[in-house]
Amino acid sequence: MSDTLPVVHTGTANLASVFAALRRAGVTPQDTLDAVVIEHAPRLVLPGVGAFGAAMQNLHEADLIEPLRRRLRAGRATFAICLGMQILCASSEETPGIEGLGLFDLPVTRFRNTPRIPQFGWAPVEVSPTTQGILCDGYAYFAHSYRLIEQPQGWRCAISEYGGPFVAALEKDGIVACQFHPELSGEWGHELICRWLEHTHND
Amino acid sequence: MATRRIIPCLDVSHGRVVKGVKFQGLRDAGCPVELSARYQEQGADEIVILDVSATPEGRGNQLDTVRKVREVLSIPLTVGGGIRKIEDASALLQAGADKVSMNTAAVFDPALLSAIAERFGRQCTVLAIDAAAKIGMEGWEVVVRSGTQRVGRDAIEWGKEGEERGAGEILLTSFDRDGTRSGYDLSQLRAFSQAVKLPIIASGGAHSPEHLLEALDAGADAVLAASIFHDGDWTVDALKVFLLSRGVEVRPPHTTQARLSTTTKNTDSSTHTTEGSQA
Repeated sequence: MSDTLPVVHTGTANLASVFAALRRAGVTPQDTLDAVVIEHAPRLVLPGVGAFGAAMQNLHEADLIEPLRRRLRAGRATFAICLGMQILCASSEETPGIEGLGLFDLPVTRFRNTPRIPQFGWAPVEVSPTTQGILCDGYAYFAHSYRLIEQPQGWRCAISEYGGPFVAALEKDGIVACQFHPELSGEWGHELICRWLEHTHND
Repeated sequence: MATRRIIPCLDVSHGRVVKGVKFQGLRDAGCPVELSARYQEQGADEIVILDVSATPEGRGNQLDTVRKVREVLSIPLTVGGGIRKIEDASALLQAGADKVSMNTAAVFDPALLSAIAERFGRQCTVLAIDAAAKIGMEGWEVVVRSGTQRVGRDAIEWGKEGEERGAGEILLTSFDRDGTRSGYDLSQLRAFSQAVKLPIIASGGAHSPEHLLEALDAGADAVLAASIFHDGDWTVDALKVFLLSRGVEVRPPHTTQARLSTTTKNTDSSTHTTEGSQA
């Protein structure tokens, strides 16, 4: 009997890879649009692929924006993936004029001065400060055209480089947000998911 | 900056890997699940599964194959073959593909490419182009239906249109080199990588580590190969050791990381090109 883990059904997202990765990590993922679960569940996964505006629109239509904001303000354990991390920010160049969830009062912007857009593939990430935590150095799989550049204050930060440094992942207490796809980052990604599950167990 | 990717490709028909897999140690060399898992262990950066079944019935097992492969695969999975409508792409993505690759159907119905990119995102949408040298002219043209039909479309122009329509990557197969084991078509790769901004996966003709190196030097972001891996002469991690030794940035497999850190400690660091010194 394994724990059930709610995963926000963001609509645009292809959840199969996230679900398979969570099963390999020993939990049973369950997609949900239930506002109570999404606000109060001890742990939550916020996945996302597709466009910033479409994702926020879907959350808006499901009346999930305020429950998610309250959850994040309360600091409940949350694992945000790819676009899931971007919508934690204030805004994105991808969809100007649309407000994000605003956990980070910072804008997401498009890559500049890079040979190829989107960035597809594996890139090294480095964490600072190097104190113990859920995130660690390694190679992560990225698929994105937009990214966060500024580091929010008070968060442990993983940095990667593409046309200059950008934020690959953030961590504080039980909240982890990754620009990369841990579910597609091989053994390293699997271990990251397992560490988050261990860290947030019985929180 | 993203490292270059090594992508083993499995041709699957009726749920079984076709093109002989000769390396030892597999219980069932025709099983796409077992083979995908093996390449993942070897350090493959992605897996591509192309359904080459000639008939729709042959593709009956496709979704089942994708579901089973997804359970074991923690690296990206691209699936192609037989995608004719948006529902086909949707079913494959729900079954566990991270990207879908379109070829013939996109040529005859370019709006399909736009529709899939719009619905599922650019990062899901791979445009596969089979390009053959034009007859009596410079350049390359698009061929479809496994090369049996030339459609009179300039391949680079089609690549540019695909980029505008929302493709996220181009899987470029040299029709003239495919199966020849004489190396990728380097002039084609150079021309494509200059003409489009999208990442390009080189395919067709690989048979030696040098072939992969040449393609990456010519501008490919990733190299796809089948027989070089299936024959068992080269594992993915051995190829990566070779590429790292030539200064190409690849994601080191676990075994390679250990080996490189040992060798770097014991030798003059100037003789080694590691990820760190390249970054």
